[in-house]
Parts: sequence; structure tokens; C-alpha cells
Amino acid sequence: MTVLAANIPDNSGYVVAAYLVFLLLLIIYLAITAYRLTGLERRIGDLTAQVDAAERSPADDGADDAATTDPSGVREHSA
Amino acid sequence: MYSSKLRPLSLATVVVLGGAFVLAAFTAPIDSDQGFSQKIFYVHVPMAIVALGGFVFGGIEAVRYLRTRDPKHDLRSYTAIHMSVILGLGVLITGGIWARAAWGVWFEWREATLVSFLIVFLLYCTYQPLRFSIADPEKQSRYAAVFAVTAGAFVPLNFIAVRLAEPYIHPRVLNNTTGGALPVDMKIPFYLALVGMTLLFITLWKLEMTHKLARGRLRGLQRRLDLAAGDRDAAGPAPRSAAPQVVA
Repeated sequence: MTVLAANIPDNSGYVVAAYLVFLLLLIIYLAITAYRLTGLERRIGDLTAQVDAAERSPADDGADDAATTDPSGVREHSA
Repeated sequence: MYSSKLRPLSLATVVVLGGAFVLAAFTAPIDSDQGFSQKIFYVHVPMAIVALGGFVFGGIEAVRYLRTRDPKHDLRSYTAIHMSVILGLGVLITGGIWARAAWGVWFEWREATLVSFLIVFLLYCTYQPLRFSIADPEKQSRYAAVFAVTAGAFVPLNFIAVRLAEPYIHPRVLNNTTGGALPVDMKIPFYLALVGMTLLFITLWKLEMTHKLARGRLRGLQRRLDLAAGDRDAAGPAPRSAAPQVVA
């Protein structure tokens, strides 16, 4: 242990700190990118659900027509 | 497609940059003048060169935007400047650590190299607020491009001015006039680190471009779906952002 400590050059702490700063910046950037990617994934999920709903709705329209049309002929808005 | 070749590029970045740092740690000799702290230069100097190169690249893309008005050049310019500011932050911190080890201070205000880099960095820190302050996307892109061209031209001029300035105490890594030339054992890891840092910049730039374009395409799809569903509000303006509005 003493031999190891004796072999560590002067100012090695500064060198380690500098490389750690670089690594830390890289990790922070990649973490932010990963976080934003999860946001994209969530939005893709939302869009997929919307497309699925849009694909289902024409089939439902026929069945819904009778239910959503009142005697005056005005069709209700369905979300 | 910016995502193409992203995987080999990432691998090459890890191999080259990792190799350069290993060589710098184990084979590069310890500098007789600066001692062990000189090894900071293998990360600090390539980062500074690539950051300044990124600012110039942002300026070139801004010129292309002004000539063509193609939004993709604005996005490229924005992303390059964004990445360079991050690298610039790394340069200032690692440079401060080196200055503390070598000179005993975190920052030397009389040193032209340090102050000029700080000025360039602070100048580019105003790029994002400038963009955000302009609501109209077309005007935002145009003003930001003018800024990027002007600041991009300032970078090499600033570099030359600092080189011509006398006296300076900041070591010169890449020239021979002040005894700062590198021996071969140091040159190999240094140039390898420079290549690795350039690869890292390109990889992260492509990653950022891919992300921004994917987000823009998603926004476009959302708008088309909303319009198809009869939601007329979907055609309204996009939320205010400093980033270029890319809608596919």
C-alpha cells in the first residue's frame, strides 16, 4: 500500500478530477437524452392509441349512428 | 437519415477515445516542465479544438441556411452550437483544474487564451436566449443564423489575435515557437484524442439531430391526426421554443 502510494505522481488528483468532469458531462448529457427518448416513446404510444381509436371508429359509426342521432337529425359530437 | 451509421460511429468513438486516454495514461511520458498535470491536456485541448470547430461549423451551416432558407441547415447549425457549448463548459472546467494544478489559481484574468475562450463561450451562451426571445419561427431562424455567422467568423479571428498576442503563459501544444512542441510519444495519444473527440462530437450531433427530427415528425403526425379527427385547433402555432421548429 505504501509502495502504491509512493508511486502516485503529484497532482494526480487534479488529473483524475479533469477526466471525471469530462465523464460526468457525458453521462449527464446521455441521461438527459435517455429521458427525452422516454418522452418520445410515450408520445408514440399516445399516437398509436389515437390511430387505433380512429381505425375502430368507422366500424363503430354504423352502430353508433342510431344512438347518437336524435329525432331532429342533429348528430352529437363523439370524441 | 442522421441515425444511419450511428452504431459504428459510437463504437469507433469509444474505441478511439478510450484508446487515446489509455495511451495518455500509460505510455505518454510525464512532462518534465508541468509534471503529471500535463495529462489533463489530452482531454482539455482536443475538447477546446472541437468546440471551436463546432462553432465554426454552426456558422457555415447558418450561411447555408441564409442562402437556401432550408430549415434543415438551421437545425444543423443550432445542434452544432448546442453541442459546442456543452464541450465549451467542459473546456472551462478542465482548464480551471489544470490552471489550479499548474499556476495555483482557477482562472488567470491576464491570460489572453483563457479570457478569449471565456468571451467566446459567453457569447454563445446568449444564442439560446436570443432564439427563445423571438416568437416567429422564420424570424427566429434568420436572426439566429446571422448571429451564428457573425460569432462563427469571430472564433478564428479571435484565435489568430490570441496567437499574435505577447506575452502569454498558457502553453502552446501544437507549435514549436515557444518550446511547446510535442514529442512523438505524446503526439500519438494527443492526435488520437483529437480524432476521438471529433468522432464524439459527430456522434452526439447525429444523435441530437435524430432526436429532434423524430420529435418533429411526431409533432407533424399528431397534427395530421388531430386535423383528420376534426380538431381545428391542431393547426395552431407550435409551443414557443428556442429549438428550430421541424414539422414533417
